[in-house]
This record gives sequence, structure tokens and C-alpha cells, in this order.
Amino acid sequence: MEYETIIGLEVHAQLLTDSKIFCGCSTSFGESPNHLTCPVCLGMPGVLPVLNKKVVELTIKTALATDCNIAPYSQFARKNYFYPDLPKGYQISQYELPLARNGYLEIEMEKEKRHKKIGITRIHMEEDAGKLLHELDGKPADYSYVDFNRTGVPLMEIVSEPDINTPEEAGEYLRVLRAILQYLEVCDGNMEQGSFRCDANISLRPKGMKGLGTKVELKNMNSFRHVMRALEYEIQRQAVVLDSGEKIRQETRLWNADQGITESMRSKEEAHDYRYFPDPDLVPLVVDDAWVDQIRQSLPELPTARQERFVKEYQIPDYDAHILTAVRQLADYFEACVRLGAQPKAVSNWVMGDILRRVPDTRLIGAFSVTPAHLAEMLGMIDAGTISGKIAKAVFEDMVTSGRMPAAIVADKGLVQVSDEGALEKAVKEVLDAHAEKAEEYRQGKEKLFGFFVGLVMKATQGKANPQMVTELLRKKLAG
Amino acid sequence: MKITRNDVEHVARLARLRFSEDQLEVFTSQLNDILAYFDKLQKLDTTSVEPSSHAVNLTNVFREDVVTASIPEEESLKNAPASERGCFRVPKVIEG
Ligand SMILES: [Zn+2]
Repeated sequence: MEYETIIGLEVHAQLLTDSKIFCGCSTSFGESPNHLTCPVCLGMPGVLPVLNKKVVELTIKTALATDCNIAPYSQFARKNYFYPDLPKGYQISQYELPLARNGYLEIEMEKEKRHKKIGITRIHMEEDAGKLLHELDGKPADYSYVDFNRTGVPLMEIVSEPDINTPEEAGEYLRVLRAILQYLEVCDGNMEQGSFRCDANISLRPKGMKGLGTKVELKNMNSFRHVMRALEYEIQRQAVVLDSGEKIRQETRLWNADQGITESMRSKEEAHDYRYFPDPDLVPLVVDDAWVDQIRQSLPELPTARQERFVKEYQIPDYDAHILTAVRQLADYFEACVRLGAQPKAVSNWVMGDILRRVPDTRLIGAFSVTPAHLAEMLGMIDAGTISGKIAKAVFEDMVTSGRMPAAIVADKGLVQVSDEGALEKAVKEVLDAHAEKAEEYRQGKEKLFGFFVGLVMKATQGKANPQMVTELLRKKLAG
Repeated sequence: MKITRNDVEHVARLARLRFSEDQLEVFTSQLNDILAYFDKLQKLDTTSVEPSSHAVNLTNVFREDVVTASIPEEESLKNAPASERGCFRVPKVIEG
């Protein structure tokens, strides 16, 4: 039978604060176990959690960027469950009255050339749990070990509507969402380190049917690629189960990346009995229009808007603009080059080619040895005819390793392009004289030999000849 | 609403508490006594009273995002029944 897939995603994003959500402990990563704890985040009796204001502001920012309604009145709730990574026996979260609801974001499906809105059900704030270690010195241990450094680190949970129909759409939704969070500087978006995590709900229904099938929750996917692969696997698995006339079990399944399968998590029937109730330790949160407006003023230009502006303002193709604006730092780099007078399309070509090859993590482009000043100066030298595109490649490699400015490299290495007609004519003549037979073949119609001559002239001038002039001179000489 | 012995057993299981037969009896009846007070409260006319979850009429109590000193690791682990290499040691739990 043919099925339709319905997917909803839950993202947990760690908010970029210095201190935890309800106490002053640091949120820094990689400290020794239990060095970042205090009576509040350890859940000692008699302590009082106090809300970090920045957590609220970062969540409002996200809510505005995703067109959510911001609740004038919201509240924290206790989500009760028993697990050793949770010192209080409950997680402080939001339940009935989350900070934001009913937003959306727009994804662009490249291949099908279409846009699609994915609804956002809600965004709420909560605290992270601790970390459980099951190994000691790399070997399985007889006990489990708890590190509470992560306990109380602020998270934002972003729940999508079940508007996603393919693994590709899920991947695109995550890319767009992560780009927005990074643009807003509310989350660093690092999936491997766990500061951007995704769980998925997925169900199948016979094509054309209304209503939803039984959904399965997928966990343990720590990259976009794994999310997509887990969803692909689950579509196949559920289709086989349904085709055989059996029913899908409502359950949580874990993605096993090594085997490329999802596996049922042994679930206890009461596992989801969280007995939420309003947290009496935390007073209600009231957000008025003035506060929201003030935060709205601080919003940066978002990826989609920036992409559209790049196309309009710099006349670059939509494809280029899409890639350049995916990461804020990369878009900043591009714009800095253009502001220094470089041709936008030339900058775009270099960025998408040589620079992306050299800087795999474009968020770190600010630390790249070839700064916008370097690139703009080099492109200016190409435009002025001082160096050829070919020499530019060599200059670029030098800049990458030495960090020197292109003019200094060109002067130092004597790379200035030869545009002197007399000198070039001499080189062309020498090449043609040395290969008189080939020149004759060319004249007889073997036109593909042209590149051969260009290559020889460039070689004779150590790549410094102005290629356009070489082409012109060769044409003239070979015709005569 | 009446709390049954099953309810008490269920909640106890969620909290990982083990009770004797006698205790289950006692808690079932005590919890029902508590609920009886709420029955009394239900009789009050609250039509003009806003629902609330707090006794104090406060909103928006914040702290600024400033790091303060954490406590030493020995202090954190002091009340732990067992600890090892800076971690709280607990019975083996495996997700799943
Ligand atoms: Zn703390």
C-alpha cells in the first residue's frame, strides 16, 4: 500500500548564557565532574531557584523570529519523574502556559523549487538534566556515575507541528531553525556537543486518509544526517508492519547509528505519568508589549531576509545567496568583502570555491588567515589586470599559509602579470616557431590545438602572461 | 474522588518507594482525609476569584546572567551514599 508520512520534530537548544537557568553556576563545557554545582542545582532542601532574565530574553527573541505569539502570562511547572540524572526528582519546565505558541518557519526545498511553511506549536524554557556515565576508564562498570554539571543549564524546547512529510523536509527544517538560532546568537547549534538536539515523532497513514496513525518517538540522533537516516529507516519499518496487517506500537525507539536501525526502548507503562503541576518556587512570568518591543529592536536581519537582499542588492544568483547566508559569519565575511569594493559575484565564486574548501566550519571564518581585506585587495588586483586568475590561485595559497597581504606577495615573488604587448608577442612567436608543425595542423583545421599553444605561452611566462592578451595574439599570429 | 490502594501503590512506584501492607492502608486513608478538606473548599463560592498557583502576588523575580561561585566538589558529594572519582555513584542504570 502507499503511505503518507507525518513527522513532527522536537528540538532542545541550549541557550547561550554564562550562568545556569536558576542559579549562578557556570554553564561552561568540559569541566571536571560536579565542579559546577551548588545547593540550588543539586536540589537541596530549602533552596530557592531564581530565573535568569537572559533565558527569557533569548526565548522571546526566538519566538519573535519564528512569528510566535508571546504569552503575556506564563508559568513554570514541575515535571516529575525518577531518574538518577535528575537530583530533585522533577525537572522544572513549562507545561500548560508556555512562553510562546503558534509560530512557523519557512523551508525551501531546493530540488522541487518550492517553499513550505512548517508550523511551530510551542516554545518553552526548561532546565537540562545531568549526565550519566556507564563506563570507567573506557570499560563497562558495575555502577553508573552521575555528573551534575549540566543540571540546570538552560534549554529551549521548540516543538513543530506535524507538518513535515519527508526526511528531506525534516533535514531542511533543522537547518533553517539552526541558522535562525545562530543568527540570533541564542544557541551555538552544535549537535555533536549536544547543544542542539532533536527528537522526532513519526507516523504513517494510507495515502489520502484523514486522521493520524499511531506515532513512534525517535531519539538518540546526533546529526542532521542521522535524523534523516533514522526517519528513512522508520518509514520502511512501519510500512512493512502495516502491509503485513499488524499494528504499530506506540513506543520510543532509539537510533542505532552503527547498525543503521531503530530499536525499541523497553518502556514501562507509567513512564509518561509526569504529574505536572505549577512550581510554587517560581512566580509567574509576565511579559508586556514594551519588553517584547525592546527585544524586537535588537533582532538582527534573519537568513531568509538576508538571502533575498543579497540577490537584489548584489545581483548574485539565488543559489549563491542561499549558501552565503546559511551561516551568519559567512554572510558577514561576504558583505565585508563587497563593502571593500570587490565585485559581489567574484567574491561569491571565491567564497563558495576555495574558501569553503579551506574553512569547513564557516562559523570560524572570522579566524581565517585570508580576511576580507586580503580577498578584496586580491580581487582588485585581478580587476586591474595586475595579476591573472591563475596567479591569484597561487597568491591565495600563499595568503592562507602566510597571512601576508596580496600586494606584498605579488611584489615579493615577482608575480605581476605580463601585459606588455612586446614581451608577449615575443613569447608567442617563440612558441609558434618551436612548434611550426603543430601550428600548421591548427591552420588546417585542428582547432583544439589552440589550448595547447595557450598552455605553452603561459608556461614560458611562468603563468604571468595576461591570458586575454595571449589569446588575442595567438589568434592573430595563427590566422596570419 | 476517592483514592484507592491502587493509586497509592502507583504513586509509590513512580517515586521508587516501597511500603508495607500496613503503610499502604494508612496512607490510603490519610490521603483520603486530605482530599476531604478539598471537598470542603470546593463548597466555597470562588466565582469572583482568579485562579492562582501561588500564595504571594508576585511576578517576574529575576537574577541577572552573572556567574557566581559553585561549591567545592567535596561539598557536593558530602551527602551522597556513595561517590567515586568526583561522581555520585548509583546502581547501574542503562537507558532503554
Ligand atoms: Zn548551581
